[in-house]
Amino acid sequence: MLMKSAPRDAKTLGPAATDGSERLNWHRVGILEVVYWGCALLVFFLLPQYLAFATSVLVTTLFVLSLDLILGFAGIISLGHALFFGVGAYVTGLATFAGMTEPISGALLGGVSAALLAAVIGPVLLRLRGLPLIMVTLALGVIAYEAANKLTWLTGGDDGLYGIVVAPLFGVFPWTMFAKTAYLYVLGWTFLLFLLARSIVASPFGVALQGIRDNSLRMSLIGTPVLGKLVQVYVISAFVAGVAGALSAQTTKFVGLAVLSLDTSVGALVMLVLGGVGKLYGGLIGAPVYMIVHHFASQWNPYHWMFIIGGLLTGVVMFARGGLIGIAQDIARRLPRKARP
Amino acid sequence: MSGIVLSTLRLTKRFGALVVASDIDLELRVGERRALIGPNGAGKTTFVGMLSGTLRPDSGTISLLGRDITGERPDRRVKAGLVRTFQISSLFRNLSVLENVYLAASEHLGAARHMLRPAAHHRDVVERAEEALLSLGLADDMHSKVSEIAYGRQRLVEIAIALCLAPKVLVLDEPAAGIPAAQSRLLLDAIDRLPRDIAILMIEHDMQIVRRFATSVTVFVSGSVLMTASPQEVMSDERVRSVYLGQSGHERFASNVLGA
Repeated sequence: MLMKSAPRDAKTLGPAATDGSERLNWHRVGILEVVYWGCALLVFFLLPQYLAFATSVLVTTLFVLSLDLILGFAGIISLGHALFFGVGAYVTGLATFAGMTEPISGALLGGVSAALLAAVIGPVLLRLRGLPLIMVTLALGVIAYEAANKLTWLTGGDDGLYGIVVAPLFGVFPWTMFAKTAYLYVLGWTFLLFLLARSIVASPFGVALQGIRDNSLRMSLIGTPVLGKLVQVYVISAFVAGVAGALSAQTTKFVGLAVLSLDTSVGALVMLVLGGVGKLYGGLIGAPVYMIVHHFASQWNPYHWMFIIGGLLTGVVMFARGGLIGIAQDIARRLPRKARP
Repeated sequence: MSGIVLSTLRLTKRFGALVVASDIDLELRVGERRALIGPNGAGKTTFVGMLSGTLRPDSGTISLLGRDITGERPDRRVKAGLVRTFQISSLFRNLSVLENVYLAASEHLGAARHMLRPAAHHRDVVERAEEALLSLGLADDMHSKVSEIAYGRQRLVEIAIALCLAPKVLVLDEPAAGIPAAQSRLLLDAIDRLPRDIAILMIEHDMQIVRRFATSVTVFVSGSVLMTASPQEVMSDERVRSVYLGQSGHERFASNVLGA
């Protein structure tokens, strides 16, 4: 106790004591969050014809969420995050060939494999910052891609792993043509891992990460083991990315080289920037918006759909650094006080 | 040698051919109030950098509580009780005052390892941060962004952060630089009220502050220690007058300090 007799005004008492200190209040659930997950569930009932597409959107969303954990909250820039997505996908796919067809343990295996890899490379990689880090993660991603391409006996090379068989979920629900099981299965994973990411961000560990992102030297001078914390969040992020990769293998019944490609890494980054970096819902908004626009724009014009995506992205980067969420927050701020929740 | 909390032995740092610190010997006792003065370029900031671990000395050793910490990482030194504040305010400008101090308290209390329970629910951390802020009279600014409060008060936040880390040795790098006199009184009062068992090393240019604060003064010139003595002795030393103040400062020095 530094001071015992200090008069404590109402401001410093009770659960509202941290009002005005946003970083300490990530744990508070907003009404919009309930709406968001409600909508995700409604898709299952209202849009049954789109469930296969919606499932792939969810998988990507989960992958982008894993990128937001390191980039948005710890400032780790990576152009090779597909490495973990790909490892999760291949490990889970190969495991089914070895007879491990139970889906939940298969997804966990994919996540843990990716996390182990991150635990090995993280302590070396995360000593780097900025451009060197970008280049090294880029190189690692390309090496992994080429390795998978050459190791045809293991990965199937260009042909990929096909013929993946997954046992019914909980031993009961079969994987139907219309992706009903798949959608709810992936939604469940996404929601659970989102809750994990959410509590991490809201925890003292998460607050410390954001301190490192803002000023890592200063953090080490208040006693924070910076590298250790970065490795921890890197491993967690790799786990989430690995599970996302595993889910992709299980729901599409196929693993191709694309899971390791630069496009996958860059695509996730683009979706995150579109939605808003470091806002927790950035990936959760950015990935669906990107993929839905992509889906319909390419139906409208299979050759020029990139114009629309490009225009959207340029607009967001030029006029709204906080992404789509940043735009929404700006609008909310300008509303009269009464209208605010 | 009991009672000595921090000592450096022949601490030397070169940048190429330029020797910015040479053979610096310095000892701090429990509860000592030491000022470190010297003209610009005397190596004060380099010395603090070596103490806090952001600069690696070329030779020499640093001991904290009898333990050699010369090769330790900055964060380990903080955990061992050696804490510094910054000359140029290097707080997290976009965070609230409370959040700034929370980070330090959380690290010190070991809460920063926890990943699941929300930050605000770690009441011990929030309370430690609040107490540090209340004891420095910052209660009203607690939820303002650091960038929105007065400069002098930002310096108080630096002190609050240091307090949360329960230092044994506290290095204050020009705590009062650049703040108006009215605000600096607040700051100096706060420094006076710091726990007596903390050894404090304060880098300061202002002789009035030095005289008020310090029981001993070390003078750096060109990267080495010129002398260590009581404030009176240092201020009446002819060498200090000429090297530290130069010719132009002579008169101001005489009227400000000797005449005061």
